[in-house]
Parts: sequence; structure tokens; C-alpha cells
Amino acid sequence: MSERIRKEPPGPLEYLRRWPLRAWLVMVAVFLYAPLITLMAFSFNDSRRNIVWQGFTLKYYAKALTNESLIQAFVNSLTIAAVSTLLSVVLGAMAAFALWRFRFTGKAALDGAMALPIVVPEICMGVAMLVFFAKVLPWPQGLPWPLDLGAIIIAHVSFSFPFVAVVVRARMASFNRELEEAAKDLGASEWRTIRDVVIPHMSPSLLAGALLAFTLSLDDFVITFFTSGPDTVTFPVKVYSMVRFSVTPEVNAASTLLIVITVVLTAVALRLQGDPAAAAGHGVPDKTKS
Amino acid sequence: MEQSWKQAKAVFAGALGPPLFWLVLFFLVPLGIVWVYSFGQNQGLTEISFTGTFANYARALEPLYLKILLKSAGVAALTTFLCLVVGFPVALAITFASNRAKAWLLLLIMLPFWTNLLIRTYALMAVLRTEGYINQSLGWLWTHAGGLMTLLGLAPLGDFTPLELLHNNFAVVVGLVYVHLPFMVLPLYSALDRLDRSLLEASLDLGAGHLRTLALIVVPLALPGIMSGLLITFIPALGAYLTPDLLGGPDSQMIANVIERQFKRANDWPFGAAMSFMLMYLTFIAIAAQGLLSRRRPEARR
Repeated sequence: MSERIRKEPPGPLEYLRRWPLRAWLVMVAVFLYAPLITLMAFSFNDSRRNIVWQGFTLKYYAKALTNESLIQAFVNSLTIAAVSTLLSVVLGAMAAFALWRFRFTGKAALDGAMALPIVVPEICMGVAMLVFFAKVLPWPQGLPWPLDLGAIIIAHVSFSFPFVAVVVRARMASFNRELEEAAKDLGASEWRTIRDVVIPHMSPSLLAGALLAFTLSLDDFVITFFTSGPDTVTFPVKVYSMVRFSVTPEVNAASTLLIVITVVLTAVALRLQGDPAAAAGHGVPDKTKS
Repeated sequence: MEQSWKQAKAVFAGALGPPLFWLVLFFLVPLGIVWVYSFGQNQGLTEISFTGTFANYARALEPLYLKILLKSAGVAALTTFLCLVVGFPVALAITFASNRAKAWLLLLIMLPFWTNLLIRTYALMAVLRTEGYINQSLGWLWTHAGGLMTLLGLAPLGDFTPLELLHNNFAVVVGLVYVHLPFMVLPLYSALDRLDRSLLEASLDLGAGHLRTLALIVVPLALPGIMSGLLITFIPALGAYLTPDLLGGPDSQMIANVIERQFKRANDWPFGAAMSFMLMYLTFIAIAAQGLLSRRRPEARR
């Protein structure tokens, strides 16, 4: 019986088995992936002009990997992303905890204010940071390495931690408050309860929030563009200045490396979270930055 | 039930203090300064005096800048519409796919989204350039078609003139759709996924075709999700900086490019600040409009 059903035309709601939708999906996939795949393929092309296939080479990788300012920019980006992720997760979790746990006057206003960094256009936030670090808190010039990135890290934390707070708060909605009360009844102090009962419940969302904050930071161009100085260039800002003038195969090679890193990180994230569908959707509709 | 903050003041202050401090000092204060600047005036090279003037806003509404404002809104609206047209069938396919296929399809949409924005824009530049892959392929086809025609004794086609695909408004819209498609697909998918399938089956059983079911059942029921998809796509498209900057030509500037120029090159901070707040107000108007429209609860129509 089931054999016969399989060969029948698609069921009424099996849209995926209908050819017009399949054709549409293929077209969208080509639209999304063809540019990236050609970019990766042509990073191995042995031609300066980079349009006609001339043969396989790795020389642009060698060039990109020996380009000191590119490497420095990449290290800067990773450092900024790591530090700002750490700070964002701590601040975001604290904000989510306070908003979940307590009732207080001005809560609605705080909710609105926390949503602002998510909805405010990036360019507005960028110029706000530019003005702030030019007039109110001039970041000292010529500090030793990780410290000179401070202004960029502060800006990144400001736009990432509200995203973390949203993710963590969504998770806390499923927390049974009686567990907390039980812990207190059994003599646990406030801090002990938070450490042993609340935080373990939060932990998947802390990981998801950290991944989101890391991606947002690594991806950000506009806000960094307005806060970075000549000595504090991040990878996107560096690529921008290279792309602005010409299309070079070196950029193709560097981009390919970053795409590979992204794919590997995604695979790791999927492994960690188990369910690819859940991981693919983590916190996504909130990522309104572009 | 939430606890009153008075019952655990120390915990409350400890948890709320640091994020509140950060939000105020490193977000609200900078934004507030920009707002104050928008009522200021340039005095000399670096001094700005706060005169409470509305001149900057008046200038933002002059025809030159008003045109850019309207054009940005138009480009963002077109982008949003195209994302809806391209993304809706994709969301539909994901919704009704088997669990395994669903996970892979979501990944297919998400992976470019996680890739660095600058790299995606750059990849698109390489495709659209005058010597880019599209023009290369078209040129190759053209030459071979020409060769074939000569072979058949027809007049040759002449030289191939590459299409101007980059540095114009077309490229900006293509780029914005390319970048923002996932913003549309994901909210659409989450709205469609929550639909009661028996309603769809009932409609199909009762003899309505697929298109009719789509128009009368699926779209009205998924309307809140469609609206939030529209908003989530429209806002970043309206404030886009990188895409018009790299893919656009001299006439495809959007608001963000004007703002950037005031702060980085023209050094007219008060005017740039006023333009920033015009963009913010437009964003808030879009959010408010969406809120008002989705307050009416949609129902499936008969």
C-alpha cells in the first residue's frame, strides 16, 4: 500500500515535491551561492585580471598570508570579537535576568531602550560613536596593542549585548520559578541559587548568544568604520580599503579563508546544538544589522 | 510571578546596574549628543555652537536632500517587495518540507547570511563588473553566435558591448535583495510554520485551487508574519551604507552615504546629525506603521 502511495502525485501540501517550487529553489540557491562560489574558485586562478581561467595557483594565498597589515587586521578582528563577546554575554545575561526576575517602575521604558540598539540604523550608531569618542571620551592615541582597540570593543558591546539579552530572556521564559523557591527553601543563598539553578538553565542561550555576538562583531563594518583609527584596522575595514580601489585576487584568497572559517564555525555550532534547524534559526529575526 | 525589586535590592542593583550603566553611557549619551548637535551650527573648523536652530532640518528638506530621502525609501521599498516575491515561495517550500529537508533548506538560506557582508558585496561586484562573469559569459555567447552566423552565411553580429551592470541603481537593488533575502525568509517561515494545516486541507478539499487557497487562506492568516518580515527587511535596507557605496554609481546615493560624507569628508557635523535623525524618525515611523497595521487581527476570508 505504502509503495503505491509513494508513486502517486504529490500530496496536497507537499509543495516541495512540485516542480515549479523546486525550480524556484534552485534559482534562489544559484542567486545566493554563485557569486560566493565563483569568488572562491577564482582565488586559485593564475591571472592578475582574474576573469579568465589561466590555471591553478596558490600564490595569492601566499601573498595574503604574508601581507602583514592584512594579518594584523585579522588578528584585531578576532581579538575584538572575543573580548566584546565575553562582555556582551555577561551584560546581556545580567540585563535579561533583571528584566525576567524583577518588577520595577520604568521597566517598560528600559525594555524600549534595550531594543533601541537593535532597531537604530547602523549608520546612526556609527556617527554617535564617532562623536562620542571624538568629544566626550577621546581614546588615547598610541596605546599598546590590545588597549588601542578599546573604543571599537566598547562600540561592539553596545550593539551586541541587547541581542544576547533577547536570546537569554526567551530562554528564561521556560524557567520554572518554583525551582528557585525550592532552592531557597533548602537553604541556598541568593547567589548560590543563581549559580546552581538559574545559570545552568540559561546556559544553552548563553552559548547561542555568544555565537550571535561573535558573528555580529566579526561581521560589522559600518560602526567599526566610524570608530577605527589608522592603527586600529579590522578585517572588514581593511578589505573595504582594498576593494575600494581595485579587485585583487589577494582579496579573493583572504575572503575564501574567512568563508571557510565561517562554514567550519557553523558546522561546530550545529554539532554543539544538535538540531541543525534550531541552530540555523538562533536569534535570527533579530539580526537587523547589515 | 515577578518579584518586586524591593525584596532583594542588592541582587536587583547588582544585576541591573552594569547593563544599565553601559546602555546609558555608551549608547544613549552618544545618541543624545548627536541629537543635540542636530540643532547646532558650525563655528569655524572644529567648534560647534548650540543655537537651537532648525536650519539643519530645513536643509535636510531642501529638494536635493529630500529627493535622496524619498529615493532611499523607494529603493528600500522595492528591495522589500522583491525579497517578498523571491522569498515567499522559498518559505512555503521550507514549511511543507520533511524535517530533514527543512533543516538543510534553512541552512541553505542561513549560510550566506553568516558570511561577512563585505565579502558578499565584493563577490557580487566581481559578478556584475564590466569585465565580470556575466558580461564574460554573454560576450562568449555573442562571439560564438556571431561565428555560427558567419558560418551560415549571415551577416556577423559585430562587437559585443558589455552591459553596464555595476555602479548604477540596478546593481544597488540587486545587492540589497541579495543581502536581505534571509531577513525576509526567516520570519515568513516562522509565520507559515504556525499555520493550522487543517484549514489549508479543508480549503483544498472544498475545491479551491492552490492559488486561491494561497490568496484567501494562507496570506491572510500569515499576515502578521508577512508584516514583520517586511519591516525587518525594510529597516536595514533603508539605512544601508555599504551596498550603495560599493555597487552604486554617482546617482545612487542613499541617506547613509550622505550622512557618512557629512561626518568624514564635508565635516558638517550638525547637518549630518540632522540627517541621522531624519533616518531614525523614518525608521520609527515604519515601526509604528507596522504596529498599527498588525493590530487589526486578520482572519481567513471566505
